[in-house]
Amino acid sequence: MTVAPGAPGSVTSIADDVRSGRRSAASVLAEHHARIARAEADVHAFNLVLHDVATEAAAAVDEAIAAGRDPGRLAGVPIALKDNMCTRGIPTTCSSKILDGWKPPYNATVVSRLADAGAILVGKTNLDEFAMGSSTENSAFGPTKNPHDLAKVPGGSSGGSAAAVAAGFAAASLGSDTGGSIRQPASLCGLVGIKPTYGAVSRYGLIAFASSLDQIGPFTHSVEDAALVLEVISGHDPMDSTSIDAPPLNLVDAARLGVSDGVAGLRVGIVTELSGDGISADVLARVEVAADRLRAAGATVDRVSVPSTVLGLSAYYLIAPAEASSNLARFDGVRFGLRVSPASGGNVQDMMAATRAAGFGPEVKRRIMLGTYALSAGYYDAYYGQAQKVRTLIINDFKRAYESFDVLLTPTSPTTAFAFGAKTADPMTMYINDVCTIPSNLSGDPAISVPCGVGVDGMPVGVQLLGPALSEARLLRAAAVIEMGN
Amino acid sequence: MVIKAGWDLVVGLEVHAELATKTKLFCGCENVFGSEPNTNVCPVCLGLPGSLPVLNEQAVELAMRVGVALHCEIRPSIFSRKNYFYPDMPKDYQVTQYDLPLNSNGYLDLPNGTRISVERAHMEEDTGKSTHLGGTGRIQGSEGSLVDYNRSGVPLVEIVSGPDLTSADDAKAYVAEMRGILVAAGASDGKMEEGSMRVDANVSVRRPGAGLGTRCEIKNLNSLRSLLRAIDYEANRQIDLLESGERIAQETRHWSEADGRTSSMRSKEEAMDYRYFPEPDLVPLVPSSEWIVAVTRGLAPMPGDRRRVLSAATGWSVATTDIGFAPNAEAIVTVIEQDLDALVLGAIDAGADARRAVNRAANELAGQSATIDAVAFATVLRLEDDGKLTATQAKAVIAELVVNGGDPHAIIAAKGFEALDTSVLEGLVDELITAYPSEFERLRAGDPKVTGFFVGAAMKRSGGKADGRAVTELLKSRAAT
Amino acid sequence: MTNVDGPTDATKRRSLRRTDVVHVAGLARLALTDAEIDLYTADLASILGHAEDVASLDTTGVEPTAHPLPLVNVFRADVVRPSLDRDEVLAAAPGAAADQFQVPSILGVSA
Ligand SMILES: [Mg+2]
Ligand SMILES: [Zn+2]
Repeated sequence: MTVAPGAPGSVTSIADDVRSGRRSAASVLAEHHARIARAEADVHAFNLVLHDVATEAAAAVDEAIAAGRDPGRLAGVPIALKDNMCTRGIPTTCSSKILDGWKPPYNATVVSRLADAGAILVGKTNLDEFAMGSSTENSAFGPTKNPHDLAKVPGGSSGGSAAAVAAGFAAASLGSDTGGSIRQPASLCGLVGIKPTYGAVSRYGLIAFASSLDQIGPFTHSVEDAALVLEVISGHDPMDSTSIDAPPLNLVDAARLGVSDGVAGLRVGIVTELSGDGISADVLARVEVAADRLRAAGATVDRVSVPSTVLGLSAYYLIAPAEASSNLARFDGVRFGLRVSPASGGNVQDMMAATRAAGFGPEVKRRIMLGTYALSAGYYDAYYGQAQKVRTLIINDFKRAYESFDVLLTPTSPTTAFAFGAKTADPMTMYINDVCTIPSNLSGDPAISVPCGVGVDGMPVGVQLLGPALSEARLLRAAAVIEMGN
Repeated sequence: MVIKAGWDLVVGLEVHAELATKTKLFCGCENVFGSEPNTNVCPVCLGLPGSLPVLNEQAVELAMRVGVALHCEIRPSIFSRKNYFYPDMPKDYQVTQYDLPLNSNGYLDLPNGTRISVERAHMEEDTGKSTHLGGTGRIQGSEGSLVDYNRSGVPLVEIVSGPDLTSADDAKAYVAEMRGILVAAGASDGKMEEGSMRVDANVSVRRPGAGLGTRCEIKNLNSLRSLLRAIDYEANRQIDLLESGERIAQETRHWSEADGRTSSMRSKEEAMDYRYFPEPDLVPLVPSSEWIVAVTRGLAPMPGDRRRVLSAATGWSVATTDIGFAPNAEAIVTVIEQDLDALVLGAIDAGADARRAVNRAANELAGQSATIDAVAFATVLRLEDDGKLTATQAKAVIAELVVNGGDPHAIIAAKGFEALDTSVLEGLVDELITAYPSEFERLRAGDPKVTGFFVGAAMKRSGGKADGRAVTELLKSRAAT
Repeated sequence: MTNVDGPTDATKRRSLRRTDVVHVAGLARLALTDAEIDLYTADLASILGHAEDVASLDTTGVEPTAHPLPLVNVFRADVVRPSLDRDEVLAAAPGAAADQFQVPSILGVSA
């Protein structure tokens, strides 16, 4: 069973229509609300659908239009938000029992930027608890289904955000990507997904999983839509010390240039280490198709070795849990969220331990345990310290590759969407899903997953383009070329 | 109290000083003491999910001032997370400089000349404050503890001394001197009573010549008196244990001022494992050499330098002894503490006697909020020296200058303090010698008590305007001829 | 960063014991059941076994990367910004009394 794909208009067309008065924000919202009403029960993309708040926001956009004011570049565009980004007065749960019912007293910077651009927030989307997972099966509120096949996972951790766009509940959504959590579900749901350069989008108000890896990025149906949303949410934020203070990215033009002018002279490298063992044949075939499309548009394509990427998965599963073990310490039952008191009473430390035991799910506990161990006395140097050095090796390897190549091409996910329960028995089986996406989180470089046909099962396949820091424009231009062949 | 003979005391101190910024270390909440609970809090200092820290530049500036004042090397630093669960620490980790502190390898010279090494002076964030309620707490029917996060995220420097202090008195002098330095640098208000300066003491004992003994860390030292008492108590506790053949357990101990004793704070928790790692939400702090030079140039004179200048001007030593400050040194210290040295040095510049300037400032101006003009001050001191004013008159004029300011000569005239002209005074003395010949003979014979008689008589005849010292000098010279 | 040096050879690393996991659960403030301790003992051993490629790698002369960004010296000015409304903050707290956050008794502190 599937949900009828497609949305009532792209981001670009909705914004154009609303800004020019052809459609009202209210009517656009009503169409999306109608789709949600029809199919959300099957998909479970949302932890929370916003009705009144969204309706008011749409009315405000329409009033602005009526008064001759420009509501912004995303005027009236319904957008869904991964439920790990803070929304003032609106529950924000990270799909965890430990935050059930918590209403942040502030907005994430991306939320303010979307609102300032006239976007309409339609809901908070489901995720693997605290963004830890690759299938959305780790949500405390139940899994999200892949709209292309409800028996299959949408990927994760931003599975709800991917499903919401794929099912036409929103024209675009935001996810967060720590090891592939935007790109992998984008691939599995047939969408464009971008993990921007680390520091390009403010993390203020994003509930941290692994601070040195996390980035917020968009899901959309098209490359141009992704470019537009990323232009709106990126840019320097004084509230985030790791935010890059660089000139604005000029992305929409780059995407259009790909369509009009191709990619003449672009040097594309297919990463050997990420395009062989462990990647299913039909996915590898789609990578070759993407390469052909780039070649046809003027690119040269060669193989390139980035040897230390094979260490990425291990390094990631030391660094990310280590940072997470510290980031998730604050969920202690003292200031917000769940509090569980032991039956025997006890002191504050007992309360904290009981709260955390009851509030966190099994995968979150597993990663907290792993990260705590990796940082603990006697093991720091062997695990966290070594992983940081591997990070250096990966960065250096990429730098070397970018001396000869402008962009790198890899699969996004080793397989198409898999069935529920298929990879839950052994944690490593699930972790391997991120093998192709993890290296760019470790290096901090941007990456994009763009749809490139379907696999033997008829499910979407995405391919991934990687580039050096702040090369988003280049990636979008190349992605537009791949997209054109669809 | 002193420690038992045959043992040496070794003390290292950790001083936590709150930096005198307007806002907290990583957020824009006000850094102020005494607000209503939980009114200076935001997502960052409450550790709410999604919040991120941004470093306060002024906190770095003040921490660098501390480093320069303590002769430290100032080097690039990174912040780390020190992970442990505690309810008054909102993120359940503390952001602190761990293996790369901003300031390291400095020293502090005690007034007695002893140099104490400063291993590091690093930046970190303060915690909130918790209050234990208990069954009969001040909140009716309440149990457990209450937490106020106003202090959470207030910028601190933690200044760690080497294990160089060998007596409780030196430890006290170190803290007093540190306070003076922090205040002079404008880095902290140094108020121990408000907790803006807090001290932990690492105390151990050893036989003379032996290696370092096992140390205990003493917490809750809220005053210099607590520091003195706790160190002596702890040293003797350890000596008693060692003399009875027991071992010292390395642990943290809590000082109770009421009980006059330390007690173990060790809970059933296992040994702490803080799992330090670089704080990924912050970027490295790399102070430029220009910045360091600017901070160094802009630093106000430190108490030690000021003492040296005053000491050179007066010839007084400022060294302390085991029983405390020498009287002269005490006057200089008072002058320094009350920020009167500029006035004193100004007065000396304007021709006042250095010792008189220090003494009069320490005795008459300490604790006065008003400033007084150095030249006017010097004028009064010189008139006193020249015998134009009596001591009592000089003090009265200084008091008037403090309250209303003005020209000292005008004040003297208004108060009728015009001292007698020398020729008038000579005439007066000669009159008295003529009037009391037998008393004058006794004076010539060397009876000192008669001097007082003549001075009293001179005061009476002049209506208090005669200067006692001038009269005495005149009598001496008349008796010698 | 130099934390206390400990076992660095693979043999010692592989000998993850149940008691280590109990200790880590204490550090992580997680009241785990016996079944969870067993589960995570096995899981951690498996994951750390996979991570042996990183742990045993010769990284002589390689500097660690804590952060992908080359940024330094990011500051804010010392300017007061509005704080949160206390009632809103305390309304979100699981326990509050007397304008403060209320928690069960804190062990090991007498004042
Ligand atoms: Mg400290
Ligand atoms: Zn704050």
